Amino acid sequence: MLRYLIPLGIFLVLVIFLAIGLRRGDPHELPSALINKPAPTFRLPQLKAPEKTFSNEDVRGKVWLLNIWASWCIECQREHPYLFEYAKSGVVPIYGLNYKDKRDDALAWLGELGDPYLLSAVDLDGRVGIDYGVYGAPETYVIDQSGTIRFKYVGPMTPDVWSGKILPVIQRLNRQGTSQ
Amino acid sequence: MTSLRFLPLLLICLFASTVMAQVQEEEIPSDDPVIEQRLANLSKELRCLQCQNQTLADSPAGLAADLRREIRVQMKAGKSDQEIIAFLTQRYGDFILYKPRVTYTTYLLWFGPFVLLLAGLYVLFRYIKQRGNLLVEKPLSAEERRRAEELLASTPGKETT
Repeated sequence: MLRYLIPLGIFLVLVIFLAIGLRRGDPHELPSALINKPAPTFRLPQLKAPEKTFSNEDVRGKVWLLNIWASWCIECQREHPYLFEYAKSGVVPIYGLNYKDKRDDALAWLGELGDPYLLSAVDLDGRVGIDYGVYGAPETYVIDQSGTIRFKYVGPMTPDVWSGKILPVIQRLNRQGTSQ
Repeated sequence: MTSLRFLPLLLICLFASTVMAQVQEEEIPSDDPVIEQRLANLSKELRCLQCQNQTLADSPAGLAADLRREIRVQMKAGKSDQEIIAFLTQRYGDFILYKPRVTYTTYLLWFGPFVLLLAGLYVLFRYIKQRGNLLVEKPLSAEERRRAEELLASTPGKETT
Protein backbone atom coordinates (compact mmCIF):
# COMPACT_ATOMS: atom_id res chain seq x y z
CA MET A 1 0.00 0.00 0.00
CA LEU A 2 2.72 2.43 1.07
CA ARG A 3 4.64 1.91 -2.17
CA TYR A 4 1.66 3.41 -4.05
CA LEU A 5 0.93 6.16 -1.55
CA ILE A 6 4.43 7.65 -1.54
CA PRO A 7 4.53 8.49 -5.29
CA LEU A 8 0.99 9.78 -5.01
CA GLY A 9 2.01 12.01 -2.10
CA ILE A 10 5.01 13.36 -4.02
CA PHE A 11 2.77 13.99 -7.02
CA LEU A 12 0.25 15.90 -4.91
CA VAL A 13 2.94 18.09 -3.37
CA LEU A 14 4.23 18.86 -6.86
CA VAL A 15 0.71 19.74 -8.06
CA ILE A 16 0.22 22.09 -5.11
CA PHE A 17 3.49 23.92 -5.78
CA LEU A 18 2.78 24.21 -9.50
CA ALA A 19 -0.73 25.52 -8.77
CA ILE A 20 0.70 28.18 -6.46
CA GLY A 21 3.22 29.10 -9.16
CA LEU A 22 0.50 29.43 -11.79
CA ARG A 23 -1.77 31.50 -9.59
CA ARG A 24 0.94 33.91 -8.61
CA GLY A 25 0.52 35.56 -11.99
CA ASP A 26 3.12 37.76 -13.56
CA PRO A 27 6.56 37.04 -12.07
CA HIS A 28 7.58 40.56 -13.09
CA GLU A 29 5.21 41.96 -10.52
CA LEU A 30 7.38 42.54 -7.50
CA PRO A 31 6.23 43.61 -4.09
CA SER A 32 7.17 47.24 -3.60
CA ALA A 33 9.45 48.01 -0.70
CA LEU A 34 7.89 51.46 -0.44
CA ILE A 35 4.29 50.57 0.46
CA ASN A 36 3.28 52.46 3.63
CA LYS A 37 6.47 54.51 3.48
CA PRO A 38 6.59 58.25 2.81
CA ALA A 39 6.83 59.04 -0.89
CA PRO A 40 10.40 60.16 -1.65
CA THR A 41 10.57 63.91 -2.09
CA PHE A 42 11.41 65.30 -5.48
CA ARG A 43 11.27 68.63 -7.22
CA LEU A 44 11.47 68.43 -10.99
CA PRO A 45 10.80 70.73 -13.96
CA GLN A 46 7.40 70.41 -15.58
CA LEU A 47 7.18 68.96 -19.07
CA LYS A 48 4.99 71.62 -20.62
CA ALA A 49 6.36 74.51 -18.59
CA PRO A 50 10.06 73.77 -18.00
CA GLU A 51 10.55 77.04 -16.10
CA LYS A 52 8.13 75.78 -13.43
CA THR A 53 8.71 72.87 -11.12
CA PHE A 54 6.56 70.24 -9.52
CA SER A 55 7.11 68.56 -6.20
CA ASN A 56 5.20 65.80 -4.46
CA GLU A 57 5.00 68.24 -1.54
CA ASP A 58 2.77 70.48 -3.69
CA VAL A 59 -0.10 67.99 -3.59
CA ARG A 60 0.04 67.12 0.09
CA GLY A 61 -3.34 66.87 1.76
CA LYS A 62 -5.17 64.87 -0.88
CA VAL A 63 -5.06 61.44 -2.42
CA TRP A 64 -3.35 61.52 -5.79
CA LEU A 65 -1.84 59.25 -8.42
CA LEU A 66 1.67 59.39 -9.76
CA ASN A 67 1.80 57.68 -13.12
CA ILE A 68 5.23 56.85 -14.56
CA TRP A 69 5.20 57.07 -18.35
CA ALA A 70 7.44 57.55 -21.36
CA SER A 71 6.99 57.90 -25.09
CA TRP A 72 9.21 54.84 -25.67
CA CYS A 73 6.99 52.72 -23.46
CA ILE A 74 4.65 50.56 -25.51
CA GLU A 75 2.45 49.48 -22.63
CA CYS A 76 1.91 53.14 -21.72
CA GLN A 77 0.15 53.54 -25.05
CA ARG A 78 -2.24 50.76 -24.09
CA GLU A 79 -3.01 52.45 -20.80
CA HIS A 80 -3.22 55.99 -22.16
CA PRO A 81 -6.82 56.14 -23.49
CA TYR A 82 -8.18 54.86 -20.16
CA LEU A 83 -6.38 57.59 -18.23
CA PHE A 84 -8.75 60.15 -19.76
CA GLU A 85 -11.73 58.29 -18.33
CA TYR A 86 -10.14 58.03 -14.90
CA ALA A 87 -9.18 61.71 -14.96
CA LYS A 88 -12.65 62.76 -16.14
CA SER A 89 -14.35 60.81 -13.36
CA GLY A 90 -12.79 63.30 -10.96
CA VAL A 91 -12.07 60.65 -8.35
CA VAL A 92 -8.42 61.44 -8.07
CA PRO A 93 -5.94 63.90 -9.56
CA ILE A 94 -3.45 62.16 -11.86
CA TYR A 95 0.06 63.53 -12.16
CA GLY A 96 2.58 62.15 -14.62
CA LEU A 97 6.27 61.45 -14.24
CA ASN A 98 7.89 61.44 -17.64
CA TYR A 99 10.59 58.84 -17.10
CA LYS A 100 13.87 58.84 -19.03
CA ASP A 101 12.40 60.40 -22.10
CA LYS A 102 13.37 63.09 -24.57
CA ARG A 103 11.35 66.25 -24.09
CA ASP A 104 10.48 66.55 -27.78
CA ASP A 105 9.37 62.91 -27.99
CA ALA A 106 7.30 63.25 -24.85
CA LEU A 107 5.59 66.44 -26.05
CA ALA A 108 4.92 64.92 -29.48
CA TRP A 109 3.43 61.84 -27.80
CA LEU A 110 1.06 63.91 -25.69
CA GLY A 111 0.24 66.08 -28.71
CA GLU A 112 -0.73 63.02 -30.69
CA LEU A 113 -2.57 61.00 -28.05
CA GLY A 114 -3.79 63.82 -25.82
CA ASP A 115 -2.75 64.77 -22.30
CA PRO A 116 -4.77 63.25 -19.44
CA TYR A 117 -2.39 64.54 -16.76
CA LEU A 118 -2.83 67.65 -14.65
CA LEU A 119 0.86 68.04 -15.37
CA SER A 120 3.89 65.88 -15.93
CA ALA A 121 7.24 66.25 -14.20
CA VAL A 122 10.40 65.38 -16.11
CA ASP A 123 12.75 62.76 -14.70
CA LEU A 124 15.35 62.97 -17.41
CA ASP A 125 18.03 60.67 -15.99
CA GLY A 126 15.74 58.37 -14.01
CA ARG A 127 17.18 59.41 -10.65
CA VAL A 128 13.75 60.03 -9.10
CA GLY A 129 12.67 56.72 -10.64
CA ILE A 130 15.38 54.99 -8.60
CA ASP A 131 14.07 56.64 -5.43
CA TYR A 132 10.60 55.32 -6.19
CA GLY A 133 11.88 51.85 -7.08
CA VAL A 134 10.69 52.14 -10.67
CA TYR A 135 11.80 49.18 -12.76
CA GLY A 136 9.46 49.33 -15.74
CA ALA A 137 6.97 51.83 -17.05
CA PRO A 138 4.05 52.20 -16.77
CA GLU A 139 3.88 52.21 -13.00
CA THR A 140 1.26 53.92 -10.87
CA TYR A 141 1.56 54.98 -7.25
CA VAL A 142 -1.39 55.82 -5.02
CA ILE A 143 -0.24 58.43 -2.51
CA ASP A 144 -2.42 59.46 0.41
CA GLN A 145 -3.16 62.75 2.19
CA SER A 146 -0.09 62.49 4.41
CA GLY A 147 2.22 61.81 1.46
CA THR A 148 2.51 58.08 2.11
CA ILE A 149 2.62 55.55 -0.70
CA ARG A 150 -0.34 53.21 -0.16
CA PHE A 151 -0.38 51.20 -3.35
CA LYS A 152 1.70 50.57 -6.42
CA TYR A 153 0.68 48.98 -9.66
CA VAL A 154 3.17 47.89 -12.31
CA GLY A 155 1.78 47.62 -15.82
CA PRO A 156 -1.01 49.30 -17.76
CA MET A 157 -4.00 50.42 -15.70
CA THR A 158 -6.75 48.72 -17.68
CA PRO A 159 -10.39 49.12 -16.54
CA ASP A 160 -10.16 45.78 -14.68
CA VAL A 161 -7.14 46.94 -12.75
CA TRP A 162 -8.72 50.33 -12.14
CA SER A 163 -12.03 49.12 -10.73
CA GLY A 164 -10.58 46.04 -9.04
CA LYS A 165 -7.38 47.32 -7.49
CA ILE A 166 -6.83 51.08 -7.73
CA LEU A 167 -10.30 52.52 -7.14
CA PRO A 168 -10.96 50.57 -3.90
CA VAL A 169 -7.70 51.86 -2.45
CA ILE A 170 -8.55 55.46 -3.38
CA GLN A 171 -12.05 55.17 -1.92
CA ARG A 172 -10.73 53.65 1.29
CA LEU A 173 -8.14 56.42 1.65
CA ASN A 174 -10.75 59.11 0.96
CA ARG A 175 -13.06 57.65 3.60
CA GLN A 176 -10.27 57.46 6.13
CA GLY A 177 -9.20 61.00 5.28
CA THR A 178 -12.66 62.53 5.79
CA SER A 179 -13.45 60.55 8.96
CA GLN A 180 -10.36 61.86 10.70
CA MET B 1 4.38 37.58 -56.23
CA THR B 2 2.38 36.39 -53.26
CA SER B 3 5.41 36.50 -51.02
CA LEU B 4 5.81 40.20 -51.77
CA ARG B 5 2.44 40.87 -50.22
CA PHE B 6 3.92 40.32 -46.81
CA LEU B 7 6.94 42.49 -47.40
CA PRO B 8 5.43 45.70 -45.89
CA LEU B 9 4.36 43.75 -42.84
CA LEU B 10 7.83 42.26 -42.49
CA LEU B 11 9.41 45.69 -42.76
CA ILE B 12 7.07 47.09 -40.12
CA CYS B 13 8.01 44.28 -37.75
CA LEU B 14 11.68 44.88 -38.39
CA PHE B 15 11.59 48.59 -37.77
CA ALA B 16 9.06 48.52 -34.98
CA SER B 17 11.67 46.93 -32.73
CA THR B 18 14.12 49.76 -33.31
CA VAL B 19 11.45 52.35 -32.55
CA MET B 20 10.65 50.58 -29.29
CA ALA B 21 14.23 50.76 -28.13
CA GLN B 22 14.66 53.03 -25.17
CA VAL B 23 16.73 56.18 -25.33
CA GLN B 24 20.10 55.05 -24.11
CA GLU B 25 22.96 57.25 -23.12
CA GLU B 26 26.47 55.88 -23.06
CA GLU B 27 27.70 54.56 -19.76
CA ILE B 28 30.77 56.38 -18.51
CA PRO B 29 33.04 54.28 -16.30
CA SER B 30 34.66 55.95 -13.36
CA ASP B 31 38.28 57.06 -13.72
CA ASP B 32 39.03 55.50 -10.36
CA PRO B 33 40.00 51.82 -10.84
CA VAL B 34 39.21 51.06 -7.19
CA ILE B 35 35.61 52.17 -7.66
CA GLU B 36 35.30 50.17 -10.87
CA GLN B 37 36.61 47.07 -9.08
CA ARG B 38 34.24 47.58 -6.16
CA LEU B 39 31.35 48.13 -8.58
CA ALA B 40 32.25 44.93 -10.44
CA ASN B 41 32.21 42.93 -7.20
CA LEU B 42 29.07 44.51 -5.81
CA SER B 43 27.00 44.39 -8.98
CA LYS B 44 27.61 40.63 -9.25
CA GLU B 45 25.51 40.23 -6.12
CA LEU B 46 22.67 42.45 -7.33
CA ARG B 47 19.82 41.54 -9.59
CA CYS B 48 18.74 43.48 -12.63
CA LEU B 49 15.05 44.18 -12.02
CA GLN B 50 14.13 44.46 -15.65
CA CYS B 51 15.50 41.11 -16.76
CA GLN B 52 15.41 39.42 -13.35
CA ASN B 53 17.64 36.50 -14.24
CA GLN B 54 20.72 38.56 -14.84
CA THR B 55 23.01 40.29 -12.42
CA LEU B 56 23.40 44.03 -12.44
CA ALA B 57 26.92 43.48 -13.74
CA ASP B 58 25.84 41.61 -16.88
CA SER B 59 22.64 43.41 -17.77
CA PRO B 60 22.45 45.76 -20.74
CA ALA B 61 19.06 47.12 -19.59
CA GLY B 62 18.63 50.87 -19.16
CA LEU B 63 17.74 50.61 -15.50
CA ALA B 64 20.81 48.47 -14.77
CA ALA B 65 23.02 51.14 -16.31
CA ASP B 66 21.27 53.80 -14.21
CA LEU B 67 21.80 51.79 -11.05
CA ARG B 68 25.46 51.24 -11.87
CA ARG B 69 25.83 54.97 -12.37
CA GLU B 70 24.12 55.61 -9.05
CA ILE B 71 26.41 53.12 -7.31
CA ARG B 72 29.46 54.87 -8.81
CA VAL B 73 28.22 58.22 -7.55
CA GLN B 74 27.65 56.84 -4.08
CA MET B 75 31.04 55.11 -3.96
CA LYS B 76 32.69 58.34 -4.99
CA ALA B 77 30.85 60.03 -2.12
CA GLY B 78 32.52 57.55 0.21
CA LYS B 79 29.59 55.23 0.91
CA SER B 80 30.38 51.70 1.98
CA ASP B 81 29.06 48.65 0.15
CA GLN B 82 26.68 48.00 3.05
CA GLU B 83 25.27 51.50 2.83
CA ILE B 84 24.72 51.15 -0.91
CA ILE B 85 22.97 47.79 -0.47
CA ALA B 86 20.76 49.38 2.20
CA PHE B 87 19.98 52.23 -0.21
CA LEU B 88 18.93 49.79 -2.94
CA THR B 89 16.90 47.41 -0.78
CA GLN B 90 15.03 50.38 0.68
CA ARG B 91 13.81 51.18 -2.81
CA TYR B 92 13.62 47.84 -4.57
CA GLY B 93 13.23 45.41 -1.69
CA ASP B 94 15.24 42.28 -0.94
CA PHE B 95 14.48 41.05 -4.44
CA ILE B 96 17.43 43.03 -5.75
CA LEU B 97 19.82 40.84 -3.76
CA TYR B 98 20.94 37.79 -5.68
CA LYS B 99 21.94 36.14 -2.45
CA PRO B 100 18.79 36.09 -0.33
CA ARG B 101 19.06 37.33 3.22
CA VAL B 102 18.56 34.87 6.08
CA THR B 103 15.20 35.96 7.50
CA TYR B 104 12.22 33.96 8.74
CA THR B 105 10.71 34.04 5.24
CA THR B 106 13.82 32.47 3.73
CA TYR B 107 14.56 29.85 6.40
CA LEU B 108 12.97 27.15 4.23
CA LEU B 109 15.10 28.24 1.30
CA TRP B 110 18.35 28.26 3.26
CA PHE B 111 17.84 25.27 5.53
CA GLY B 112 15.33 23.19 3.53
CA PRO B 113 18.04 21.31 1.61
CA PHE B 114 19.82 20.34 4.85
CA VAL B 115 16.54 19.09 6.33
CA LEU B 116 16.03 17.00 3.19
CA LEU B 117 19.61 15.71 3.45
CA LEU B 118 19.09 14.63 7.07
CA ALA B 119 15.77 13.00 6.19
CA GLY B 120 17.45 11.16 3.32
CA LEU B 121 20.29 9.96 5.59
CA TYR B 122 17.75 8.71 8.15
CA VAL B 123 15.85 6.74 5.50
CA LEU B 124 19.13 5.35 4.12
CA PHE B 125 20.38 4.16 7.54
CA ARG B 126 17.06 2.55 8.34
CA TYR B 127 17.09 0.73 5.02
CA ILE B 128 20.64 -0.52 5.51
CA LYS B 129 19.81 -1.71 9.01
CA GLN B 130 16.74 -3.55 7.80
CA ARG B 131 18.71 -5.29 5.08
CA GLY B 132 21.33 -6.28 7.66
CA ASN B 133 18.64 -8.03 9.70
CA LEU B 134 17.60 -10.06 6.67
CA LEU B 135 21.02 -11.73 6.45
CA VAL B 136 20.98 -14.99 8.46
CA GLU B 137 23.98 -17.27 8.70
CA LYS B 138 23.02 -20.80 7.63
CA PRO B 139 25.75 -23.42 8.06
CA LEU B 140 26.11 -26.23 5.47
CA SER B 141 24.75 -29.61 6.32
CA ALA B 142 27.10 -32.63 6.25
CA GLU B 143 25.68 -33.80 2.92
CA GLU B 144 26.18 -30.35 1.33
CA ARG B 145 29.74 -30.17 2.61
CA ARG B 146 30.56 -33.56 1.10
CA ARG B 147 29.14 -32.51 -2.27
CA ALA B 148 31.06 -29.24 -2.21
CA GLU B 149 34.36 -31.04 -1.54
CA GLU B 150 33.60 -33.49 -4.34
CA LEU B 151 32.97 -30.62 -6.79
CA LEU B 152 36.15 -28.84 -5.75
CA ALA B 153 38.20 -31.98 -6.16
CA SER B 154 36.90 -32.59 -9.68
CA THR B 155 37.63 -29.04 -10.90
CA PRO B 156 39.26 -29.37 -14.31
CA GLY B 157 42.81 -28.08 -14.73
CA LYS B 158 43.64 -28.62 -11.11
CA GLU B 159 47.18 -29.90 -10.45
CA THR B 160 46.89 -33.44 -9.13
CA THR B 161 50.54 -34.53 -9.31
